[in-house]
Amino acid sequence: MKIAVAVDGSDNALRAAKHAILLAQYLPEAHLEIINVADHNKAKDEYLLAQSPESLVLKREQKLHPIRELAESVGVEIKITMLKGNPSQEIIKHVKEQSIDQLVIGSRGLNVFQEMVLGSVSHKVMKHAHCPVTIVK
Amino acid sequence: MHTLKQQWFGNVRADILAGIVVGLALIPEALAFAFILGVDPRVALYASFTMAVITSFVGGRPGLISSATGAMALVLVSLMAAHGLQYVLIATILTGVIQFILGIFGVANLMRFIPNSVMLGFLNALGIMIFMTQMPYLIGGSVMTYLFAGVTLILIYLIPRFIKVIPAPLIAIVVMTSIALISGVNLQTVGDLGTMPNTLPTFLFPDIPLNLETLKIILPYSLALSIVGLLESLLTTQVLDDMTDTPSNKHRESRGQGIANIVTGFFGGMAGCALIGQSIINIKSGGRGRLSTFTSGVFLMFLIIVLGDVVINIPMPVLVGVMVMVSFTTFNWSSFKFMVQAPRSETLVMVITVAIILYTQNLAIGVVVGVILSALFFVGKISRVTVTHENGEYRVKGPLFFASTTKFMKSFEDVKEGKITIDFENSQLWDESAVGAVLKLKQQLEEKGVKVHIQGLNSSSEQLYKQFT
Repeated sequence: MKIAVAVDGSDNALRAAKHAILLAQYLPEAHLEIINVADHNKAKDEYLLAQSPESLVLKREQKLHPIRELAESVGVEIKITMLKGNPSQEIIKHVKEQSIDQLVIGSRGLNVFQEMVLGSVSHKVMKHAHCPVTIVK
Repeated sequence: MHTLKQQWFGNVRADILAGIVVGLALIPEALAFAFILGVDPRVALYASFTMAVITSFVGGRPGLISSATGAMALVLVSLMAAHGLQYVLIATILTGVIQFILGIFGVANLMRFIPNSVMLGFLNALGIMIFMTQMPYLIGGSVMTYLFAGVTLILIYLIPRFIKVIPAPLIAIVVMTSIALISGVNLQTVGDLGTMPNTLPTFLFPDIPLNLETLKIILPYSLALSIVGLLESLLTTQVLDDMTDTPSNKHRESRGQGIANIVTGFFGGMAGCALIGQSIINIKSGGRGRLSTFTSGVFLMFLIIVLGDVVINIPMPVLVGVMVMVSFTTFNWSSFKFMVQAPRSETLVMVITVAIILYTQNLAIGVVVGVILSALFFVGKISRVTVTHENGEYRVKGPLFFASTTKFMKSFEDVKEGKITIDFENSQLWDESAVGAVLKLKQQLEEKGVKVHIQGLNSSSEQLYKQFT
């Protein structure tokens, strides 16, 4: 069984990751994959706020440190996948290509107005992903 | 690196579609840049066409979109006002020549020395300047002017929530122009700026005396244009490298920008460079190859020739709205986050870069001063040298070079012991000044009757030390 969790470095994502790690603990034969998508819309800002291309890569990887540590502490093996593009599209595509069986994703808990302006990644993923999706609040 | 065939035809369908989207996205801004510069819309539209098409062949970053830009228009404003279009064209050609030569000499390597604080300062100042250019049209304008500019702006931000495929500024322009035509309000239009092109650009030599006098007038502008153009182009190149996870040839891109500007000048266009916003749109729309850049230029020209008569009806306040949006997206709002997080010296460099650009109204000067300033801060930061001592053993920590020798010497002012060891294990002698300081110190101490033993020099420091003793 393939479990994947989509994370972005936020607290909600960390909660989602915790849940995914819990699932992996109860399903010892499951493979857990951590997916992170570098949003193309933020590419310019991220680039400008980083000192160099190397520090940009480092910053992105640092975001996943807490999750990596958490998995290690309970002895769950993880695979990390870094993608680039539109977050919801890339997640949906990856789930399909890798035939993921269970996707876990955090919800930012936006209100109606924020959702209209910003768009909800978890909502889009839930609607279009070809597998059961667990949304962690 | 991909093969040339792959760079052109590795992604045909997506490249053509993305190119069409970018072509549409280029029109509103090209018109508005012509408006900033105070020239015929042709000058900017021809430039966008030739910049895109030429760089698609000779550029180093597939998928990069070059065209007429606000940054270049802002540099040219005073030349245009004082001397007219012919000087703008010859300055564009000279810019191309300078960029090409800089490209041959590997100017792209210097990008490493431009810190992100200067880049942020550059873009923020650019955003502010573009915003300021629109003020004369808004302050004291009629109610209708405000209304059209305001509604355009609101539409640009709302449309992407519902329609993603067609660039929002273009939809806003179509909607607002239709409203203006139907309601018959009296607003200044693009037609009042000058005539729209209905032919392809033609080759012309700028009608100008080629003498030293001309060179004196255009050289400062061409130098500034070269710096600004290469800076924005190479910055965009790096952002695209990151977005697509593919490498690019920065040297080729620098030369390519040069060639494109030379051609653009001869075909009656204003100087241009890569556009960050449109390049990102291209990548987001799926464009990856050279074909996307080529398509954007050709499609832009096609639309303008076909729709020229419609375009002249676009009310100017609508373009003002578009430009205000451009200024908002150029300004980097996360700079405020940067100011909180980054070291104080970097924040200072950014603020000073912005201040100098706004004061001198010259983007290039701000960048140059910003780079020098950050280099000085860097030297200051790494020139910290500390000396700790215990039982006559003096340990030096930090690099020893021209900027840190004074501090080094001072640390030995009150040596009490009769015999000391200076340990350089955690240090490095970088230059003549370092060796000179060590020798001078040794001499001074020995005159006072202190025996000095030097140890722990690493091999390169040792080599340098021996060279001078």
